[in-house]
Amino acid sequence: MLAWTIYITFIGVLVLMLLPRDNARAARIVALLTAVAGCVVAFAGAIQQTNPGEVTQITRLDWIPAIGAHYYLAADGISLVLVVLTGLAAVAGILFSWNIEQRTKEFFAFYLVLIGGVYGVFLSFDVLLLFVFYELTIIPKYFLIARWGSTRKEYGAMKLAIYSFVGSHLVLIGLIAAWVVARAQLGHATLDLTELAKVSFPPAFQYWVFPVMFIGFAILAGLWPFHTWAPTGHVAAPTAGSMLLAGVVMKLGAYGCLRVAMLMFPEGVRDWQWAIALLAVIGIVYGAGVALVQRDFKFVIGYSSVSHMGFVLLGLATLNTLGLDGAVLQMFSHGIIAGLLFAVVGRMVYDRTHTRDFNDLETMHLGRRLPYAAVTFVIAGMASMGLPGFSGFVAELQVLMGAWLVFPKLTLLAGVGILIGVAYTLRAIHKGFYSDAPPAHAGHDHPLEPISVPERFGAVLLIGAALVIGLFPDLLMNWIEPCFKSPLFERLLKGGAL
Amino acid sequence: MNPYLDILRLAGPEAILTLTVLVVLGADLTLLRGQSVARRFNGGAFLSILGCVAAAGFAGLRLQGQTDADSLNGFLIVNPTIDFLKVVLLVLTIFTLLISTSGKFTNHVGEYLSLILLGTIGLMLLVSATDLLMIFLALEFASLSLYILTAFNKHNARSSEAALKYFLFGGMSAAFLLFGFSLLYGITGSTNLGQIAAGLAGKGLDPLLLVAIVTTVIGFGFKVAAVPFHLWAPDAYEGAPTPGAAFIASGSKVASFYVLAQIFSVGFAGAEGSAVWHGALPGWTPVLAVVAALSMVLGNLTAIVQSSVKRLLAYSAIAHAGYMLLGVLANTPTGRDGLMFYVITYALTVIGAFGVVAVVEDATGGDAWANFAGLSRRAPGLSLCLMIFLLSLGGIPPLAGFTGKFLLFSAVVQAGDNLGLLWLVILAIVMSMVSFYYYLRVLKAAYVEDAAAGAPAIRVPWPTRLALLLLAALVILLGCAPGLLTQFL
Repeated sequence: MLAWTIYITFIGVLVLMLLPRDNARAARIVALLTAVAGCVVAFAGAIQQTNPGEVTQITRLDWIPAIGAHYYLAADGISLVLVVLTGLAAVAGILFSWNIEQRTKEFFAFYLVLIGGVYGVFLSFDVLLLFVFYELTIIPKYFLIARWGSTRKEYGAMKLAIYSFVGSHLVLIGLIAAWVVARAQLGHATLDLTELAKVSFPPAFQYWVFPVMFIGFAILAGLWPFHTWAPTGHVAAPTAGSMLLAGVVMKLGAYGCLRVAMLMFPEGVRDWQWAIALLAVIGIVYGAGVALVQRDFKFVIGYSSVSHMGFVLLGLATLNTLGLDGAVLQMFSHGIIAGLLFAVVGRMVYDRTHTRDFNDLETMHLGRRLPYAAVTFVIAGMASMGLPGFSGFVAELQVLMGAWLVFPKLTLLAGVGILIGVAYTLRAIHKGFYSDAPPAHAGHDHPLEPISVPERFGAVLLIGAALVIGLFPDLLMNWIEPCFKSPLFERLLKGGAL
Repeated sequence: MNPYLDILRLAGPEAILTLTVLVVLGADLTLLRGQSVARRFNGGAFLSILGCVAAAGFAGLRLQGQTDADSLNGFLIVNPTIDFLKVVLLVLTIFTLLISTSGKFTNHVGEYLSLILLGTIGLMLLVSATDLLMIFLALEFASLSLYILTAFNKHNARSSEAALKYFLFGGMSAAFLLFGFSLLYGITGSTNLGQIAAGLAGKGLDPLLLVAIVTTVIGFGFKVAAVPFHLWAPDAYEGAPTPGAAFIASGSKVASFYVLAQIFSVGFAGAEGSAVWHGALPGWTPVLAVVAALSMVLGNLTAIVQSSVKRLLAYSAIAHAGYMLLGVLANTPTGRDGLMFYVITYALTVIGAFGVVAVVEDATGGDAWANFAGLSRRAPGLSLCLMIFLLSLGGIPPLAGFTGKFLLFSAVVQAGDNLGLLWLVILAIVMSMVSFYYYLRVLKAAYVEDAAAGAPAIRVPWPTRLALLLLAALVILLGCAPGLLTQFL
């Protein structure tokens, strides 16, 4: 059933392509219906899956027998969490791009191709198939930003595309090498992830191939120092683009790290564990520090994404169930919260005021003039700071607890990152909405377009998700926890030994 | 049976095509005489396509019958693989003819069409030969047609310049090739590839053999436009009439690479040497490895700075020749299958890309990026096709270019002991990251930039539209289901 998330999305693309060129309304409605249908299927399929700890096959067909590739879709709890996240983010993104008037049909077509690719990555258990979907997301990202973006959009788009492409090609190098070694060892060619995860690759081979593949995926997850695409890309992207970039695309990278690189090369992970943790913590502190001094509202959120994704990578590096559980939960949580923050800044504020410069925003008193936006941002900011009651709290706490067991000193540093996070969020709330600076000139008092209905729906949807998971984390933890206790991950948690 | 009739039967597809050439020339001189160029093109192309279909049908039926024959000791081999390649060559020719029909570059329609067909005959003879003499003759036969095709754009002085350059380089490389072949004959006393290999066995690396290897690489390096023998290619691609360039880049590549792989893996069996990292041994694989590495690096880096899309495609063709050479030097059956899959899908893709360029060139008068601006609005279907072709060339899944790269590269890595050839594959993959950038720049012009205000919609002539749609469909289909093609190889 979950496979229909992919099919429905691509059917939506085809329908969009057949629509008349200038009917923006029809395009919006088709896109929204597609996304909602995908989201409903994602939820239904996830609830239907009775045993989230096991890899449950959805469909498996021979694809290229000569190289052992299968059209193999399956899901375990981790996939379920991320598929549900994709469904929510897709719907919210469309609600927040209701005001796209220029080439609406093409915008949503690219948007849905991206979403379809993301669903595909999360559901593929054949490495080649996963890679196909992974690369499929690069092209729509590029066009979404280059065509419908703002601030230095062509630069941001090309940078993102090149970073993504470099990353995916590092993965390809690792993939081909691993395929050849596995073939020699097994005696037959295979690209089935569950089978590859059982192969004992020679330690010397794992030692070099793991970092190649891990970095390949981690580029997209915003691993410092390969994160520089993220702030520029997020800032240049249209609102829905940033929401998806932060909300799901960065998760693709983290998911690939866990699902492919770490699962296949458990000894390699052991060798590089400390390095990943170190880079992750640098990312947490650096991202937060840079966010603290930005003048552009969107850059604050962009760098905060780097910081929050650092927690995901730190969680992965712990290699204990606590940290890994936290990492997956953090993927979900950050997907929702970053989406919401970008929605407020990009759609609610920038589309109305046409500025994101704090110096200008300070004089506009948006707290009074756009109360809905202000309240939404405060709530999202609280969630982002990791206040109890929101999903970010549960996730980051688990990551830190997991990390404390392995790298106590680094964990302290990461704690500092959280403190800076509180500081930059409060600064953004203050400067963006509640500053008492005198108005610059009278012109800024003209009424701003009120917050529209789709925006309200979108905001409620995302806040609701962050709250529900914050208050009842078990809803997701019941899916995530059994995964890391399953035989599939046993080798990873034991560092390669069986 | 009369041996002469036997040969005629074996050379059936070529014979049919030769008759077609005569019919096309005759029709152009009689029935179509005095008609407009467009009608002559349509009529002539129709006859040519009929001939190609008949020849392909002949080869296809024989393919079903699994005919296996060797006539005159390697002059004309018939087996299912070769028959399939002939069908492929004919299909490529049909696509070339379809995108030619709206051409405005010449009044000599009959000659143009028959040159394309004659070139195809040469390529078909080339793939079915395992005798050096016949290989040389077929190669020159095909090349002569291509030289003239390059010069066919009489409105453009660069066309003649390009043709002259192509011809002079080609003549030189033919001399090298012949020199190498003569040395081989001198060493082994035979011109048949199998007997050459038998004659070379146990002799070790004779210095004369090394010279023969190098000169053969030079000769074929020119034909497939590999660095440092590539200098003719950008000019020829740019100066030639666009469909002619498509033909040079597609059919001739398929046939040349098949024969190149045959000569080296069959004829030079035993003199492979090794291109393994830190374990290189003298032989032909390290020579090819150097040429391949240079082609991938230089082709891709030079393509970045091109503003003419045809020149860009030429440099990208050089880079692709580098990837394909990896398949030759893998020297395994899977490597050869990967190579043939790659080169065939590349040929289909590149005809499509040139087809789009031809339309844009006709409509806007140039092939620079600026001429592609706003294409997605002026011709949505055309720019979607362009996107499919360029992304496939760049190796984006699920298109054929990606599947080909995966099949090819995985076969190459598998061929070297202990991942020894991985360095070449890493280089290839790194360089294809570079290639993505320049393909994306063209697409950016088409999708992101706006056309000049009031630019009219571009009308695509129906034969071209048919060809592009079929090609785009094939590129997607073969990318998703490569088994459709690999089962024949």
